[in-house]
Amino acid sequence: MTSSQAGLLTAVFLASAVEFVEAFTIVLAMGVTREWRSALWGTAAGIATLIAVTAVAGYALVRWLPESALQLAVGTLLLIFGLQWLRKAILRAAGLKTLHDEEQAFHQEREAALRASRDQRLGLDWFAFVVSFKAVLLEGLEVVFIVITFGVNADSVPLASAGAAAACVLVLVSGAILHRPLARVPENTLKFAVGLLLATFGTFWSVEGLGVVTASRESLEWPGGELAILVLLAVWSAVSCAAVMALRRAAPEPA
Amino acid sequence: MRYGRGFGRFWFDFVVGEDWRIAAGVVVVLGLGALALRAEVVSDQLLAVLIAAAIVALVMLSIVSAGYRRPTRAEEHR
Repeated sequence: MTSSQAGLLTAVFLASAVEFVEAFTIVLAMGVTREWRSALWGTAAGIATLIAVTAVAGYALVRWLPESALQLAVGTLLLIFGLQWLRKAILRAAGLKTLHDEEQAFHQEREAALRASRDQRLGLDWFAFVVSFKAVLLEGLEVVFIVITFGVNADSVPLASAGAAAACVLVLVSGAILHRPLARVPENTLKFAVGLLLATFGTFWSVEGLGVVTASRESLEWPGGELAILVLLAVWSAVSCAAVMALRRAAPEPA
Repeated sequence: MRYGRGFGRFWFDFVVGEDWRIAAGVVVVLGLGALALRAEVVSDQLLAVLIAAAIVALVMLSIVSAGYRRPTRAEEHR
């Protein structure tokens, strides 16, 4: 397994675990408060849509773009998207942004489900179906984005999909056993790790892809080849930790 | 028209997120890198390192300055 593939598998697995935990909280609230059958149909429909989007978008990108242009376009998107995760994780670790609370999210969704009217369509509780479908689709869309961008650049969309599927199964099995929100998952730490990996690989590929503007149109070479990925990861980690420490001084004192 | 704008807004928020300056900075640095590559001012490998260093510096400056700005309540919870 190459370092790109190891990074791909780790990033996709962790990102998927975080996103599926958030989706699971909402589906659980719908199942407990409204009706399990409709919540599970909504979940299945959401997962089916995500698989279709991954297959179509992944296939189209690989077929239509030359390698260096793909690295530049997809690498830049991955970098910008990953920096969003890293920014949030740094601000949360520094205490400048509230942490995501699964217990609180569960109670909010539960209250909304109790207030909503009963509307039956296609033999399903429509509120539970639509809310579960939207939760899985919207949370999963971030996973699909990572699977496609990372998978296409590392030439391993199936491996990326396998990482996402493994995380999905792990969250579902854990949730089925515990039957309550997975509040103990260290979401910000996982998001921090994913943000670092996306920033690292996004930087690596977007710079490589700049080769598309040269006469040969071949990818730019990094000093040390793929070893540069490890150096980039170390640099992103060091400056992110330094940013957290600097920002902790700017954070308001807890009351 | 309204749906088109909503669709564009969704994808902008999805990819770019809360701080557009990070995305704009990354695009500007890569654009300048492309120009330097075509002009062949330094070796390709040195240029790769310089572009990466510029991206890291720019992003961290943006995050730290955002942290020192007082966030709104909506930003704190987003």
